[in-house]
Amino acid sequence: MNAPSLKPYQTQFRKIGQYGIVVAFFVICIALALSTPRFLTVQNLMIIVTQVSINALLAFGVTFVIITGGIDLSVGSIVAVVGVVAASFAHPDTHPIIVPIVAGLLTGIVFGTLNGFVITRSNVPPFIVTLGTMTIGRGLALILSKGRPVSNLSDSFNFLGGGKIFGIPTLILILIIAFIICSIVLRKTVSGRYMYAVGGNEQASKASGIGVPRVKMLVYILSGSLAAIAGILLTSRIGTGQPNAGAGFELDAIAATIIGGTSTTGGTGTMTGTLIGALLIGVISNGLDLLNVSSYYQLVIKGVIIVGAVILDSVNQKRG
Amino acid sequence: MPQSPILSVTNLSKSFAGVSALNNVHLSVQKGEVHALMGENGAGKSTFMKILIGLLTPDSGEIMFDGEPLKSHNVGEVMKRGISMIHQELLTVPELTVAQNIFLGREPKRWGFIDEKKLNEQAAELLAHLGVSIRPDARMKHLSVAEMQLVDIAKALSNEAKVIIMDEPTSALSDNEVATLFDIIRELQRKDVAIVYISHKLEEIFALADTITVLRDGQFIATKPANEFTPNSLISMMVGRELDSLFPDIQAPNGPEVLAVKGLSQAGKFENINFAVHAGEVLGIGGLMGAGRTEVARALFGLDPHEQGEISINGQPVTIGSPQDAIRHGLGYVGEDRKASGFIPGLSVKHNITLACLPTFARQGFVANQRETEAATKTVRDLNIKISGLNQRVTNLSGGNQQKVVIGKVLLSAPRLVILDEPTRGIDVGAKAEIYKLINQLTANGIAVILISSELPELLGLSNRIVVLAKGKQTAVLSTEEATPETIMHYAMQGN
Repeated sequence: MNAPSLKPYQTQFRKIGQYGIVVAFFVICIALALSTPRFLTVQNLMIIVTQVSINALLAFGVTFVIITGGIDLSVGSIVAVVGVVAASFAHPDTHPIIVPIVAGLLTGIVFGTLNGFVITRSNVPPFIVTLGTMTIGRGLALILSKGRPVSNLSDSFNFLGGGKIFGIPTLILILIIAFIICSIVLRKTVSGRYMYAVGGNEQASKASGIGVPRVKMLVYILSGSLAAIAGILLTSRIGTGQPNAGAGFELDAIAATIIGGTSTTGGTGTMTGTLIGALLIGVISNGLDLLNVSSYYQLVIKGVIIVGAVILDSVNQKRG
Repeated sequence: MPQSPILSVTNLSKSFAGVSALNNVHLSVQKGEVHALMGENGAGKSTFMKILIGLLTPDSGEIMFDGEPLKSHNVGEVMKRGISMIHQELLTVPELTVAQNIFLGREPKRWGFIDEKKLNEQAAELLAHLGVSIRPDARMKHLSVAEMQLVDIAKALSNEAKVIIMDEPTSALSDNEVATLFDIIRELQRKDVAIVYISHKLEEIFALADTITVLRDGQFIATKPANEFTPNSLISMMVGRELDSLFPDIQAPNGPEVLAVKGLSQAGKFENINFAVHAGEVLGIGGLMGAGRTEVARALFGLDPHEQGEISINGQPVTIGSPQDAIRHGLGYVGEDRKASGFIPGLSVKHNITLACLPTFARQGFVANQRETEAATKTVRDLNIKISGLNQRVTNLSGGNQQKVVIGKVLLSAPRLVILDEPTRGIDVGAKAEIYKLINQLTANGIAVILISSELPELLGLSNRIVVLAKGKQTAVLSTEEATPETIMHYAMQGN
């Protein structure tokens, strides 16, 4: 049979997957820039990226998970538990700054490990398992904080998510570093390749000698760790460990991932797509704020964009 | 024939992602005839049928049905016009009743509600018409496969089908049930219903068909009355060459024992399996569907557990509890269903080929792109895989090239022994011949091969020895001299 006549650039586009989203993103940016002069200012763009960064960090973790065909609903609750844990070690003149950071990260890793362990050792679907840990996490955050915000945090801790280095907010710097590392893990490492393989065809991965449970463990731990970083940064930025923080964040993270072209069934997706997905959500809510659109309408618009992105994705897949 | 055909297809073409699946195909079906559509797997039969029932849109060509062009690409509408298909995989709703299944989507209504009484009466009438005793209020899930098929036929009749397409309708039926089906087909013929009949079983074709159309590699080859064919002439027309020339000469095994299996058992699957394979040898495993061939292969490769038995590699007993263990001990496995367990659809040709030994192309966990590309390029060249580029997705390749990618992946880990389970299923004859040649090259290089195949010519043409399984038990080990289609079938039927 003849070799199929698929032009190389077509596969490139499909690899990016979120090509339509890139266009949509720039069209919306241009439209906003034209309709309000306040949009395209350095200050406003910094605000957008700062606001987006917490969601983007969560979304990077969720992207790893969804690429393997799983889902992680617990990240919003992890943000809260980690925030409460980190805050309780971050009162002024108690512990060195490294202690709340390590305590927070460990908390996230424990949650990720728990998710991964139950998912790989039982036949319970990830949706249910992480729904459980989401609820457990919220409960633990309330127990540990006795339902009250943990405040009075040290200046050095508050600097983590609220400071600036060379005039650039730390949140933006951390976002950039996390993006680069996550992209490299996904695209350049053996583990990243295995994530695509497991999500694309678990049986074939198993028959190729890939340790499927190990790969799944890894993605939930990555997701938990990134949620921990997001939790530490959020707590630092708002200056208190809030047991109710992060409620609904998991859905925003999933939305960013899916808008960014990661297939809900697994096997495809990129960090660049997820970053653009998160930025798109941020740009739209920022732009609508500037245009004085009520936040009630903003929710409706966000919902339409999520479904629209998935329709676009399924059309793309059919073409492929 | 003087009368105008009920269904007439001219110059139909269809291609997928640049690969031609059907090329200028013709078909002319008369009222009341059984028209057999013959061709090897991958000849384009299923694509053709999917176009006829409106599941796929043709690229070009014309379909005339009952004197009018059939342009609809809506399955429901095509069904209403009078073309129905009895699917190989039955598409019924198990929790609904027989009557509800028959009238699914066209329920008789009264005041806007479903008229259950009328539904059951009409269904009973249809079933009686077919001469079968199935209760219309029985739940579909309680029926046998044969009964479900009859319900499917009743459904087709309720649509006043003028053409019924049957795709391998006897694959799951017992002899008695086949006889019943044949009676019903003849009855339908008397009522001027035309049957397009697809089957790999030659005896069925010659028992039923009035006319035979042969496709090969998506091309129309011929339409002739069935009595102008002999089984041999039909086969050679389907494959386009004499079968014997397909197989390279079997080479005598030249090496020591690579793998030995003693008393391998797993309750409910297989029992007391014993064999040995030598370097450079092809050990065939024959048997009927469900005899336990694939189960033995999966257990050997660590994909499924085994309760008892000993596996030795190069004379040393080993424990194989997972595919990782198997690969470490030098085993390779190409599964029977390459879509389900062979390749990763989202990954490129290159990434699929290197998947099983990616760590060897990596430093500190990072993939070394250049070495990976070199290895994949070499595999593509050695196996003659036809691709437009290493980054092409495997899903866009033909079945034969997909299979070569999977085999290439397995060979890249330099195995001592390769298990090939139905390696040529669903691929065209040219690719089959190449895979046969490849098997020969493997054995010439001292690699041992375990070959599972349902195609007797393939098994006989390639194997040095053949283990025959029947109902999970090993019934014979046949040498080349002993193995004939008859002896294999004899041992495969034991215990039935």
